Amino acid sequence: MRGLVVNAKMLRLMLTAFIREEVLKVGLQRVVLGLSGGIDSALVAFLAAEALGPENVYAYTMPYRTSNPESEAHARLVAEQLGIRYEVVEITPMVDAYFSLYPQAGNLRRGNKMARERMTILFDHSAAHGALVLGTSNKTELLLGYGTLYGDMASALNPIGDIYKTQVWQLSEEMGVPREVIDKQPSADLWAGQTDEQELGFTYRQVDELLYHMVDLRYSRDELLAAGFAADFVDKIYQMVQNSHFKRRLPIIAKVSNRTIDRDFRYARDWGK
Amino acid sequence: MNFKVALAQIKPKLGCVADNLAMVEAAVERGIAENANLVLFPELAVTGYFLKDLVPEVALSLNSPEIKRLTDLSRHISIACGFVEASTDYRFFNSALYLEKGEILHCHRKVYLPTYGLFDEQRYLARGDRFRAFDSRFGRIGLLICEDMWHVSAPYMLAMDGACTLLCLSSSPGRGLTADESLGSTSAWQKLTSATAMFLNSRVFYCNRVGFEDGVNFWGGSEVVAPCGSLLMRGKLFEEDFVVCSVDEGALRRERIFSPMMRDENLALTVRELRRIEKEREV
Repeated sequence: MRGLVVNAKMLRLMLTAFIREEVLKVGLQRVVLGLSGGIDSALVAFLAAEALGPENVYAYTMPYRTSNPESEAHARLVAEQLGIRYEVVEITPMVDAYFSLYPQAGNLRRGNKMARERMTILFDHSAAHGALVLGTSNKTELLLGYGTLYGDMASALNPIGDIYKTQVWQLSEEMGVPREVIDKQPSADLWAGQTDEQELGFTYRQVDELLYHMVDLRYSRDELLAAGFAADFVDKIYQMVQNSHFKRRLPIIAKVSNRTIDRDFRYARDWGK
Repeated sequence: MNFKVALAQIKPKLGCVADNLAMVEAAVERGIAENANLVLFPELAVTGYFLKDLVPEVALSLNSPEIKRLTDLSRHISIACGFVEASTDYRFFNSALYLEKGEILHCHRKVYLPTYGLFDEQRYLARGDRFRAFDSRFGRIGLLICEDMWHVSAPYMLAMDGACTLLCLSSSPGRGLTADESLGSTSAWQKLTSATAMFLNSRVFYCNRVGFEDGVNFWGGSEVVAPCGSLLMRGKLFEEDFVVCSVDEGALRRERIFSPMMRDENLALTVRELRRIEKEREV
Protein backbone atom coordinates (compact mmCIF):
# COMPACT_ATOMS: atom_id res chain seq x y z
CA MET A 1 0.00 0.00 0.00
CA ARG A 2 2.77 2.37 0.87
CA GLY A 3 4.17 2.41 -2.66
CA LEU A 4 0.83 3.26 -4.18
CA VAL A 5 0.40 6.37 -2.07
CA VAL A 6 1.89 9.29 -3.95
CA ASN A 7 2.64 12.93 -3.37
CA ALA A 8 -0.67 14.17 -4.78
CA LYS A 9 0.41 17.82 -4.98
CA MET A 10 3.39 16.86 -7.11
CA LEU A 11 1.23 14.59 -9.25
CA ARG A 12 -1.27 17.39 -9.78
CA LEU A 13 1.53 19.71 -10.85
CA MET A 14 2.97 17.15 -13.27
CA LEU A 15 -0.33 16.21 -14.89
CA THR A 16 -1.60 19.75 -15.35
CA ALA A 17 1.77 20.74 -16.81
CA PHE A 18 1.55 17.74 -19.13
CA ILE A 19 -1.85 18.78 -20.46
CA ARG A 20 -0.90 22.42 -20.83
CA GLU A 21 2.41 21.83 -22.56
CA GLU A 22 1.36 18.98 -24.83
CA VAL A 23 -1.72 20.92 -26.00
CA LEU A 24 -0.06 24.31 -26.44
CA LYS A 25 2.96 22.92 -28.27
CA VAL A 26 0.82 21.66 -31.15
CA GLY A 27 -0.64 25.14 -31.50
CA LEU A 28 -3.98 24.42 -29.82
CA GLN A 29 -5.60 25.57 -26.58
CA ARG A 30 -8.64 23.38 -26.21
CA VAL A 31 -9.46 19.81 -25.26
CA VAL A 32 -12.54 17.62 -25.48
CA LEU A 33 -13.37 14.70 -23.28
CA GLY A 34 -16.19 12.35 -22.52
CA LEU A 35 -17.59 12.91 -19.06
CA SER A 36 -19.22 9.67 -17.99
CA GLY A 37 -20.14 10.60 -14.46
CA GLY A 38 -17.38 8.33 -13.17
CA ILE A 39 -14.28 9.29 -11.30
CA ASP A 40 -11.67 8.88 -14.06
CA SER A 41 -13.23 11.34 -16.48
CA ALA A 42 -14.17 13.66 -13.61
CA LEU A 43 -10.54 13.78 -12.54
CA VAL A 44 -9.36 14.44 -16.10
CA ALA A 45 -11.90 17.27 -16.36
CA PHE A 46 -10.53 18.77 -13.14
CA LEU A 47 -6.96 18.50 -14.40
CA ALA A 48 -7.85 19.97 -17.80
CA ALA A 49 -9.79 22.89 -16.32
CA GLU A 50 -6.85 23.71 -14.08
CA ALA A 51 -4.35 23.34 -16.92
CA LEU A 52 -6.13 25.29 -19.65
CA GLY A 53 -8.92 27.21 -17.97
CA PRO A 54 -12.53 25.92 -17.87
CA GLU A 55 -13.48 27.82 -21.01
CA ASN A 56 -11.10 25.64 -23.02
CA VAL A 57 -12.53 22.33 -21.85
CA TYR A 58 -15.42 20.76 -23.81
CA ALA A 59 -17.07 17.88 -22.02
CA TYR A 60 -19.70 15.53 -23.42
CA THR A 61 -21.91 13.07 -21.70
CA MET A 62 -23.10 10.49 -24.21
CA PRO A 63 -25.75 8.34 -22.60
CA TYR A 64 -27.44 5.30 -24.08
CA ARG A 65 -31.01 4.53 -23.06
CA THR A 66 -29.83 1.89 -20.57
CA SER A 67 -27.30 4.22 -18.91
CA ASN A 68 -27.91 4.95 -15.27
CA PRO A 69 -29.48 8.45 -15.01
CA GLU A 70 -27.31 9.03 -11.95
CA SER A 71 -24.27 9.02 -14.26
CA GLU A 72 -25.52 12.00 -16.22
CA ALA A 73 -26.41 13.80 -13.01
CA HIS A 74 -22.87 13.27 -11.70
CA ALA A 75 -21.33 14.40 -14.96
CA ARG A 76 -23.42 17.57 -14.88
CA LEU A 77 -22.41 18.18 -11.29
CA VAL A 78 -18.73 18.01 -12.25
CA ALA A 79 -19.22 20.25 -15.29
CA GLU A 80 -21.13 22.83 -13.27
CA GLN A 81 -18.65 22.84 -10.43
CA LEU A 82 -15.81 23.46 -12.88
CA GLY A 83 -17.65 25.83 -15.22
CA ILE A 84 -16.46 23.90 -18.28
CA ARG A 85 -18.42 23.71 -21.53
CA TYR A 86 -20.86 20.85 -21.37
CA GLU A 87 -23.27 19.09 -23.67
CA VAL A 88 -25.28 15.87 -23.61
CA VAL A 89 -25.25 13.87 -26.84
CA GLU A 90 -27.55 10.88 -26.77
CA ILE A 91 -26.14 7.86 -28.63
CA THR A 92 -29.27 5.71 -28.53
CA PRO A 93 -30.45 6.52 -32.10
CA MET A 94 -27.11 5.65 -33.71
CA VAL A 95 -26.50 2.54 -31.68
CA ASP A 96 -30.04 1.22 -32.04
CA ALA A 97 -30.04 1.92 -35.78
CA TYR A 98 -26.96 -0.24 -36.13
CA PHE A 99 -28.13 -3.10 -33.95
CA SER A 100 -31.48 -3.22 -35.72
CA LEU A 101 -29.33 -4.95 -38.38
CA TYR A 102 -27.87 -7.35 -35.77
CA PRO A 103 -30.55 -7.84 -33.12
CA GLN A 104 -28.87 -11.00 -31.81
CA ALA A 105 -25.73 -9.09 -30.69
CA GLY A 106 -24.84 -9.58 -27.02
CA ASN A 107 -23.64 -7.23 -24.28
CA LEU A 108 -19.99 -7.29 -25.31
CA ARG A 109 -20.67 -6.19 -28.88
CA ARG A 110 -23.15 -3.59 -27.75
CA GLY A 111 -20.83 -2.23 -25.10
CA ASN A 112 -17.94 -1.97 -27.55
CA LYS A 113 -20.12 -0.30 -30.14
CA MET A 114 -21.26 2.29 -27.62
CA ALA A 115 -17.69 3.02 -26.59
CA ARG A 116 -16.69 3.45 -30.24
CA GLU A 117 -19.74 5.57 -30.98
CA ARG A 118 -18.66 7.91 -28.19
CA MET A 119 -15.13 7.97 -29.56
CA THR A 120 -16.33 9.11 -33.00
CA ILE A 121 -18.36 11.88 -31.38
CA LEU A 122 -15.39 13.09 -29.35
CA PHE A 123 -13.07 13.11 -32.37
CA ASP A 124 -15.72 14.90 -34.41
CA HIS A 125 -16.01 17.58 -31.73
CA SER A 126 -12.24 17.83 -31.52
CA ALA A 127 -12.24 18.81 -35.19
CA ALA A 128 -15.17 21.20 -34.65
CA HIS A 129 -13.40 23.02 -31.81
CA GLY A 130 -9.76 22.70 -32.85
CA ALA A 131 -9.14 20.62 -29.76
CA LEU A 132 -7.33 17.47 -28.68
CA VAL A 133 -9.19 14.48 -27.26
CA LEU A 134 -8.17 13.66 -23.71
CA GLY A 135 -8.08 10.00 -22.73
CA THR A 136 -9.50 8.91 -19.40
CA SER A 137 -8.17 5.34 -19.06
CA ASN A 138 -6.15 4.74 -15.91
CA LYS A 139 -3.15 2.42 -15.59
CA THR A 140 -5.15 -0.37 -13.98
CA GLU A 141 -7.62 -0.51 -16.87
CA LEU A 142 -4.89 -0.19 -19.47
CA LEU A 143 -2.85 -3.03 -17.98
CA LEU A 144 -5.85 -5.30 -17.61
CA GLY A 145 -7.19 -4.41 -21.04
CA TYR A 146 -10.45 -3.41 -19.38
CA GLY A 147 -11.50 -1.02 -22.11
CA THR A 148 -12.56 -0.96 -25.73
CA LEU A 149 -9.84 -0.77 -28.34
CA TYR A 150 -10.45 2.33 -30.50
CA GLY A 151 -13.27 3.19 -28.13
CA ASP A 152 -12.61 4.63 -24.70
CA MET A 153 -8.93 3.66 -25.14
CA ALA A 154 -8.58 6.10 -28.05
CA SER A 155 -7.29 9.60 -27.36
CA ALA A 156 -4.64 12.13 -28.30
CA LEU A 157 -3.33 12.65 -24.76
CA ASN A 158 -3.92 10.61 -21.67
CA PRO A 159 -3.02 12.38 -18.42
CA ILE A 160 -3.95 9.48 -16.13
CA GLY A 161 -2.65 6.46 -18.04
CA ASP A 162 0.31 6.04 -15.69
CA ILE A 163 -1.62 6.17 -12.43
CA TYR A 164 -3.52 3.31 -10.87
CA LYS A 165 -7.18 3.51 -9.86
CA THR A 166 -6.11 3.77 -6.23
CA GLN A 167 -4.08 6.84 -7.15
CA VAL A 168 -7.00 8.24 -9.15
CA TRP A 169 -8.96 8.20 -5.90
CA GLN A 170 -6.12 9.87 -4.06
CA LEU A 171 -5.64 12.64 -6.61
CA SER A 172 -9.42 13.17 -6.87
CA GLU A 173 -9.51 13.88 -3.13
CA GLU A 174 -6.67 16.35 -3.56
CA MET A 175 -8.42 18.15 -6.41
CA GLY A 176 -11.87 18.34 -4.86
CA VAL A 177 -13.81 16.03 -7.16
CA PRO A 178 -17.38 15.84 -5.72
CA ARG A 179 -17.71 13.36 -2.87
CA GLU A 180 -20.53 11.36 -4.49
CA VAL A 181 -18.35 10.77 -7.58
CA ILE A 182 -15.40 9.60 -5.48
CA ASP A 183 -17.46 7.34 -3.26
CA LYS A 184 -19.58 5.51 -5.81
CA GLN A 185 -18.88 2.04 -7.18
CA PRO A 186 -16.82 2.20 -10.39
CA SER A 187 -18.90 1.09 -13.37
CA ALA A 188 -18.52 1.02 -17.14
CA ASP A 189 -22.30 1.67 -17.12
CA LEU A 190 -22.80 -0.33 -20.29
CA TRP A 191 -25.78 -2.16 -18.88
CA ALA A 192 -27.92 -1.77 -15.77
CA GLY A 193 -26.31 -2.77 -12.50
CA GLN A 194 -22.85 -3.40 -13.99
CA THR A 195 -19.92 -2.68 -11.65
CA ASP A 196 -16.26 -3.04 -12.53
CA GLU A 197 -15.25 -4.94 -9.43
CA GLN A 198 -18.12 -7.41 -9.79
CA GLU A 199 -17.27 -8.00 -13.43
CA LEU A 200 -13.52 -8.29 -12.84
CA GLY A 201 -13.90 -10.50 -9.77
CA PHE A 202 -11.52 -8.56 -7.54
CA THR A 203 -11.29 -5.08 -6.09
CA TYR A 204 -9.20 -2.28 -7.56
CA ARG A 205 -7.24 -2.00 -4.32
CA GLN A 206 -6.32 -5.69 -4.52
CA VAL A 207 -5.29 -5.63 -8.13
CA ASP A 208 -3.47 -2.30 -7.89
CA GLU A 209 -1.36 -3.68 -5.10
CA LEU A 210 -0.48 -6.70 -7.22
CA LEU A 211 0.13 -4.74 -10.42
CA TYR A 212 2.33 -2.29 -8.57
CA HIS A 213 4.56 -5.09 -7.34
CA MET A 214 4.45 -7.01 -10.62
CA VAL A 215 4.86 -4.16 -13.09
CA ASP A 216 6.45 -1.26 -11.27
CA LEU A 217 8.68 -3.12 -8.84
CA ARG A 218 9.23 -6.09 -11.19
CA TYR A 219 8.72 -8.72 -8.51
CA SER A 220 9.16 -12.26 -9.83
CA ARG A 221 6.34 -14.78 -9.39
CA ASP A 222 8.13 -16.33 -6.41
CA GLU A 223 8.62 -12.93 -4.83
CA LEU A 224 4.94 -12.11 -5.31
CA LEU A 225 3.91 -15.34 -3.60
CA ALA A 226 6.36 -14.68 -0.78
CA ALA A 227 4.84 -11.20 -0.41
CA GLY A 228 1.48 -12.87 0.23
CA PHE A 229 -0.31 -12.72 -3.12
CA ALA A 230 -2.34 -15.86 -3.95
CA ALA A 231 -0.92 -17.92 -6.79
CA ASP A 232 -4.15 -18.11 -8.77
CA PHE A 233 -4.63 -14.35 -8.49
CA VAL A 234 -1.07 -13.69 -9.65
CA ASP A 235 -1.44 -16.05 -12.60
CA LYS A 236 -4.83 -14.70 -13.58
CA ILE A 237 -3.65 -11.09 -13.62
CA TYR A 238 -0.45 -11.96 -15.47
CA GLN A 239 -2.59 -13.63 -18.14
CA MET A 240 -4.90 -10.64 -18.37
CA VAL A 241 -1.98 -8.30 -18.90
CA GLN A 242 -0.43 -10.58 -21.50
CA ASN A 243 -3.63 -11.33 -23.38
CA SER A 244 -4.62 -7.66 -23.62
CA HIS A 245 -1.24 -6.43 -24.77
CA PHE A 246 -2.46 -6.05 -28.36
CA LYS A 247 -4.75 -3.29 -27.14
CA ARG A 248 -1.76 -1.26 -25.99
CA ARG A 249 0.09 -1.45 -29.30
CA LEU A 250 -0.41 -0.01 -32.76
CA PRO A 251 -1.54 -2.51 -35.40
CA ILE A 252 1.40 -4.63 -36.50
CA ILE A 253 2.72 -4.01 -39.96
CA ALA A 254 4.11 -6.68 -42.30
CA LYS A 255 7.72 -5.74 -42.87
CA VAL A 256 9.06 -5.73 -46.42
CA SER A 257 11.17 -2.55 -46.75
CA ASN A 258 14.24 -1.39 -44.89
CA ARG A 259 12.31 1.27 -43.03
CA THR A 260 9.04 0.15 -41.57
CA ILE A 261 6.92 2.55 -39.57
CA ASP A 262 7.63 2.23 -35.84
CA ARG A 263 10.20 -0.53 -36.28
CA ASP A 264 13.08 1.20 -38.04
CA PHE A 265 11.31 4.47 -38.83
CA ARG A 266 11.32 5.95 -35.37
CA TYR A 267 10.38 9.44 -34.37
CA ALA A 268 8.81 10.90 -31.27
CA ARG A 269 5.27 12.12 -31.73
CA ASP A 270 6.46 15.53 -30.56
CA TRP A 271 8.78 15.65 -33.59
CA GLY A 272 9.26 19.34 -34.42
CA LYS A 273 7.25 20.56 -31.43
CA MET B 1 38.93 34.18 -9.69
CA ASN B 2 35.47 35.15 -8.50
CA PHE B 3 32.92 34.95 -11.26
CA LYS B 4 29.23 34.67 -12.01
CA VAL B 5 27.74 31.56 -13.53
CA ALA B 6 24.35 31.42 -15.24
CA LEU B 7 22.32 28.23 -15.71
CA ALA B 8 19.94 28.53 -18.65
CA GLN B 9 17.14 26.16 -17.77
CA ILE B 10 15.49 26.18 -21.17
CA LYS B 11 12.80 24.16 -22.94
CA PRO B 12 14.20 23.06 -26.31
CA LYS B 13 11.88 22.09 -29.16
CA LEU B 14 12.38 18.58 -30.42
CA GLY B 15 14.36 18.56 -33.65
CA CYS B 16 14.11 22.34 -34.23
CA VAL B 17 17.74 23.40 -34.46
CA ALA B 18 17.13 26.96 -35.70
CA ASP B 19 14.53 27.69 -33.01
CA ASN B 20 16.73 26.24 -30.30
CA LEU B 21 19.79 28.15 -31.43
CA ALA B 22 17.71 31.33 -31.26
CA MET B 23 16.68 30.32 -27.73
CA VAL B 24 20.33 29.69 -26.81
CA GLU B 25 21.38 33.02 -28.28
CA ALA B 26 18.70 34.87 -26.35
CA ALA B 27 19.89 33.22 -23.13
CA VAL B 28 23.49 34.11 -23.96
CA GLU B 29 22.41 37.74 -24.39
CA ARG B 30 20.61 37.59 -21.08
CA GLY B 31 23.70 36.18 -19.41
CA ILE B 32 25.75 39.05 -20.78
CA ALA B 33 23.12 41.56 -19.64
CA GLU B 34 23.17 40.08 -16.14
CA ASN B 35 26.97 40.25 -16.00
CA ALA B 36 27.47 36.50 -15.94
CA ASN B 37 30.88 35.26 -17.06
CA LEU B 38 29.84 31.71 -17.90
CA VAL B 39 26.52 30.36 -19.11
CA LEU B 40 25.55 26.69 -19.09
CA PHE B 41 22.90 25.02 -21.21
CA PRO B 42 21.37 21.56 -20.86
CA GLU B 43 22.40 18.39 -22.65
CA LEU B 44 21.21 18.46 -26.29
CA ALA B 45 19.99 22.04 -25.83
CA VAL B 46 20.31 22.64 -29.58
CA THR B 47 18.22 19.63 -30.58
CA GLY B 48 15.92 18.29 -27.86
CA TYR B 49 16.34 14.90 -26.27
CA PHE B 50 14.23 11.98 -27.64
CA LEU B 51 15.59 12.40 -31.15
CA LYS B 52 15.56 8.78 -32.32
CA ASP B 53 15.90 8.78 -36.12
CA LEU B 54 16.27 12.57 -36.14
CA VAL B 55 19.84 12.27 -34.87
CA PRO B 56 21.57 12.55 -38.27
CA GLU B 57 19.22 15.34 -39.34
CA VAL B 58 20.00 17.63 -36.44
CA ALA B 59 23.72 16.86 -36.13
CA LEU B 60 26.23 19.67 -36.63
CA SER B 61 29.91 19.41 -37.42
CA LEU B 62 32.35 21.42 -35.37
CA ASN B 63 33.09 23.65 -38.37
CA SER B 64 29.43 24.31 -39.25
CA PRO B 65 28.24 27.93 -39.46
CA GLU B 66 25.91 27.29 -36.49
CA ILE B 67 28.77 26.28 -34.20
CA LYS B 68 30.90 29.10 -35.58
CA ARG B 69 28.18 31.59 -34.65
CA LEU B 70 27.88 30.17 -31.14
CA THR B 71 31.66 30.22 -30.78
CA ASP B 72 31.75 33.88 -31.82
CA LEU B 73 29.24 34.68 -29.08
CA SER B 74 31.72 33.36 -26.53
CA ARG B 75 33.88 36.46 -26.99
CA HIS B 76 31.61 38.11 -24.44
CA ILE B 77 30.73 35.21 -22.15
CA SER B 78 31.98 31.64 -21.83
CA ILE B 79 29.43 29.05 -22.98
CA ALA B 80 28.87 25.36 -22.29
CA CYS B 81 26.20 23.86 -24.52
CA GLY B 82 24.95 20.44 -25.59
CA PHE B 83 24.29 19.40 -29.20
CA VAL B 84 24.58 16.45 -31.58
CA GLU B 85 28.03 16.38 -33.12
CA ALA B 86 28.61 14.86 -36.54
CA SER B 87 32.18 13.63 -36.96
CA THR B 88 33.90 13.59 -40.32
CA ASP B 89 33.45 9.82 -40.48
CA TYR B 90 29.70 10.23 -39.92
CA ARG B 91 29.41 9.11 -36.37
CA PHE B 92 27.00 11.10 -34.25
CA PHE B 93 27.82 12.01 -30.68
CA ASN B 94 25.86 13.45 -27.78
CA SER B 95 28.44 16.21 -27.24
CA ALA B 96 29.00 19.31 -25.16
CA LEU B 97 31.10 22.27 -26.19
CA TYR B 98 32.99 24.64 -23.99
CA LEU B 99 33.45 27.93 -25.80
CA GLU B 100 35.53 30.84 -24.58
CA LYS B 101 37.01 33.98 -26.11
CA GLY B 102 35.77 33.01 -29.54
CA GLU B 103 37.33 29.56 -29.46
CA ILE B 104 36.31 25.98 -28.88
CA LEU B 105 38.30 25.12 -25.77
CA HIS B 106 36.86 21.66 -25.36
CA CYS B 107 34.39 19.22 -26.87
CA HIS B 108 33.27 16.35 -24.66
CA ARG B 109 31.53 13.37 -26.24
CA LYS B 110 29.19 11.66 -23.80
CA VAL B 111 30.75 8.37 -22.78
CA TYR B 112 27.94 6.68 -20.87
CA LEU B 113 24.92 6.48 -23.15
CA PRO B 114 22.03 5.14 -21.10
CA THR B 115 20.17 2.35 -22.87
CA TYR B 116 17.71 0.99 -20.35
CA GLY B 117 14.28 1.90 -19.03
CA LEU B 118 13.06 4.87 -21.04
CA PHE B 119 16.53 5.53 -22.51
CA ASP B 120 17.75 4.35 -25.89
CA GLU B 121 20.83 6.46 -26.60
CA GLN B 122 23.23 3.70 -27.59
CA ARG B 123 20.92 2.77 -30.44
CA TYR B 124 21.22 6.16 -32.09
CA LEU B 125 24.49 7.65 -30.90
CA ALA B 126 28.19 6.84 -30.88
CA ARG B 127 30.01 6.61 -27.61
CA GLY B 128 32.76 9.00 -26.53
CA ASP B 129 36.03 7.52 -25.35
CA ARG B 130 37.67 9.98 -22.98
CA PHE B 131 37.35 12.28 -19.99
CA ARG B 132 39.80 15.19 -20.12
CA ALA B 133 39.92 18.29 -17.97
CA PHE B 134 40.92 21.55 -19.65
CA ASP B 135 42.07 25.01 -18.63
CA SER B 136 39.70 27.94 -18.77
CA ARG B 137 39.80 31.47 -17.43
CA PHE B 138 38.01 30.12 -14.34
CA GLY B 139 40.65 27.48 -13.69
CA ARG B 140 40.61 23.85 -14.73
CA ILE B 141 37.23 22.45 -15.71
CA GLY B 142 35.74 19.00 -16.24
CA LEU B 143 32.74 18.57 -18.51
CA LEU B 144 30.19 15.79 -18.05
CA ILE B 145 26.94 14.97 -19.79
CA CYS B 146 24.12 13.65 -17.62
CA GLU B 147 24.63 9.85 -17.25
CA ASP B 148 28.42 10.36 -17.25
CA MET B 149 28.08 11.69 -13.72
CA TRP B 150 26.42 8.49 -12.52
CA HIS B 151 29.68 6.65 -13.17
CA VAL B 152 31.79 7.53 -10.19
CA SER B 153 35.00 7.09 -12.19
CA ALA B 154 34.08 9.92 -14.57
CA PRO B 155 34.09 12.91 -12.21
CA TYR B 156 36.92 11.22 -10.30
CA MET B 157 39.12 11.15 -13.39
CA LEU B 158 38.32 14.76 -14.19
CA ALA B 159 39.15 15.81 -10.65
CA MET B 160 42.40 13.83 -10.77
CA ASP B 161 43.10 15.58 -14.05
CA GLY B 162 43.03 18.81 -12.05
CA ALA B 163 39.46 20.00 -12.51
CA CYS B 164 38.15 22.04 -9.57
CA THR B 165 34.92 22.89 -11.37
CA LEU B 166 32.65 20.20 -12.77
CA LEU B 167 30.01 21.18 -15.31
CA CYS B 168 27.22 18.72 -15.84
CA LEU B 169 24.77 19.28 -18.69
CA SER B 170 21.63 17.24 -18.32
CA SER B 171 18.28 16.25 -19.80
CA SER B 172 16.92 14.30 -16.88
CA PRO B 173 13.41 12.85 -17.25
CA GLY B 174 11.26 13.26 -14.14
CA ARG B 175 10.03 9.93 -12.79
CA GLY B 176 9.63 7.85 -9.70
CA LEU B 177 6.73 9.61 -7.99
CA THR B 178 6.23 8.36 -4.44
CA ALA B 179 4.82 9.82 -1.26
CA ASP B 180 8.11 11.71 -0.81
CA GLU B 181 8.36 15.42 -1.32
CA SER B 182 10.57 15.10 -4.43
CA LEU B 183 10.46 12.90 -7.49
CA GLY B 184 12.84 9.94 -7.34
CA SER B 185 14.95 11.36 -10.16
CA THR B 186 15.14 14.76 -8.47
CA SER B 187 16.25 13.52 -5.07
CA ALA B 188 18.75 11.11 -6.66
CA TRP B 189 20.37 13.92 -8.62
CA GLN B 190 20.43 16.24 -5.63
CA LYS B 191 22.29 13.63 -3.62
CA LEU B 192 24.64 13.00 -6.51
CA THR B 193 25.62 16.61 -7.17
CA SER B 194 26.19 17.23 -3.48
CA ALA B 195 28.15 14.03 -2.87
CA THR B 196 30.27 14.52 -5.98
CA ALA B 197 31.19 18.04 -4.93
CA MET B 198 32.02 16.83 -1.44
CA PHE B 199 34.05 13.76 -2.49
CA LEU B 200 36.09 15.69 -5.01
CA ASN B 201 36.30 19.06 -3.23
CA SER B 202 35.01 20.61 -6.43
CA ARG B 203 32.24 22.94 -7.43
CA VAL B 204 29.42 21.37 -9.40
CA PHE B 205 27.30 23.34 -11.85
CA TYR B 206 24.35 21.25 -12.95
CA CYS B 207 22.09 22.48 -15.76
CA ASN B 208 18.93 20.50 -16.46
CA ARG B 209 16.21 21.29 -18.99
CA VAL B 210 12.44 21.52 -18.62
CA GLY B 211 9.44 20.81 -20.86
CA PHE B 212 7.79 17.65 -22.15
CA GLU B 213 8.57 15.28 -24.99
CA ASP B 214 5.92 12.66 -25.74
CA GLY B 215 4.58 12.87 -22.20
CA VAL B 216 7.99 12.66 -20.53
CA ASN B 217 8.77 15.67 -18.37
CA PHE B 218 12.19 17.14 -17.68
CA TRP B 219 12.23 18.47 -14.15
CA GLY B 220 14.70 21.38 -14.19
CA GLY B 221 16.06 22.17 -10.73
CA SER B 222 19.48 23.25 -12.05
CA GLU B 223 22.02 23.76 -9.31
CA VAL B 224 25.16 25.54 -8.25
CA VAL B 225 26.83 23.44 -5.57
CA ALA B 226 29.77 24.62 -3.47
CA PRO B 227 32.92 22.47 -3.09
CA CYS B 228 31.75 21.47 0.40
CA GLY B 229 28.61 19.96 -1.12
CA SER B 230 26.18 22.63 0.03
CA LEU B 231 23.67 24.09 -2.34
CA LEU B 232 24.27 27.71 -3.35
CA MET B 233 21.37 28.16 -5.72
CA ARG B 234 18.71 26.05 -7.37
CA GLY B 235 16.43 26.69 -10.35
CA LYS B 236 12.68 26.16 -10.32
CA LEU B 237 11.22 22.71 -10.74
CA PHE B 238 9.45 22.02 -14.07
CA GLU B 239 9.59 25.66 -15.21
CA GLU B 240 11.98 27.61 -17.35
CA ASP B 241 14.43 29.56 -15.26
CA PHE B 242 17.66 31.50 -15.49
CA VAL B 243 19.81 31.06 -12.40
CA VAL B 244 22.65 33.52 -11.85
CA CYS B 245 25.01 32.78 -9.00
CA SER B 246 28.24 34.31 -7.75
CA VAL B 247 31.07 31.87 -7.39
CA ASP B 248 33.68 32.57 -4.75
CA GLU B 249 37.23 31.46 -5.42
CA GLY B 250 37.98 31.69 -1.71
CA ALA B 251 35.39 29.03 -0.91
CA LEU B 252 37.23 26.56 -3.12
CA ARG B 253 40.58 27.43 -1.60
CA ARG B 254 39.26 27.10 1.94
CA GLU B 255 37.50 23.82 1.24
CA ARG B 256 40.66 22.36 -0.20
CA ILE B 257 42.50 23.37 2.98
CA PHE B 258 39.83 21.99 5.33
CA SER B 259 39.24 18.77 3.44
CA PRO B 260 42.37 17.89 1.48
CA MET B 261 41.06 14.55 0.16
CA MET B 262 42.05 15.33 -3.39
CA ARG B 263 45.55 16.27 -2.26
CA ASP B 264 45.85 12.96 -0.41
CA GLU B 265 44.29 10.84 -3.12
CA ASN B 266 46.77 8.12 -4.07
CA LEU B 267 46.72 8.03 -7.84
CA ALA B 268 49.47 5.41 -8.18
CA LEU B 269 47.64 3.06 -5.82
CA THR B 270 44.35 3.54 -7.64
CA VAL B 271 45.90 2.89 -11.04
CA ARG B 272 47.86 -0.12 -9.77
CA GLU B 273 44.80 -1.73 -8.22
CA LEU B 274 42.59 -0.98 -11.23
CA ARG B 275 45.21 -2.61 -13.49
CA ARG B 276 45.20 -5.67 -11.26
CA ILE B 277 41.40 -5.80 -11.33
CA GLU B 278 41.36 -5.41 -15.08
CA LYS B 279 43.88 -8.24 -15.44
CA GLU B 280 42.00 -10.52 -13.08
CA ARG B 281 38.74 -9.89 -14.90
CA GLU B 282 40.30 -10.99 -18.17
CA VAL B 283 40.50 -14.59 -17.02
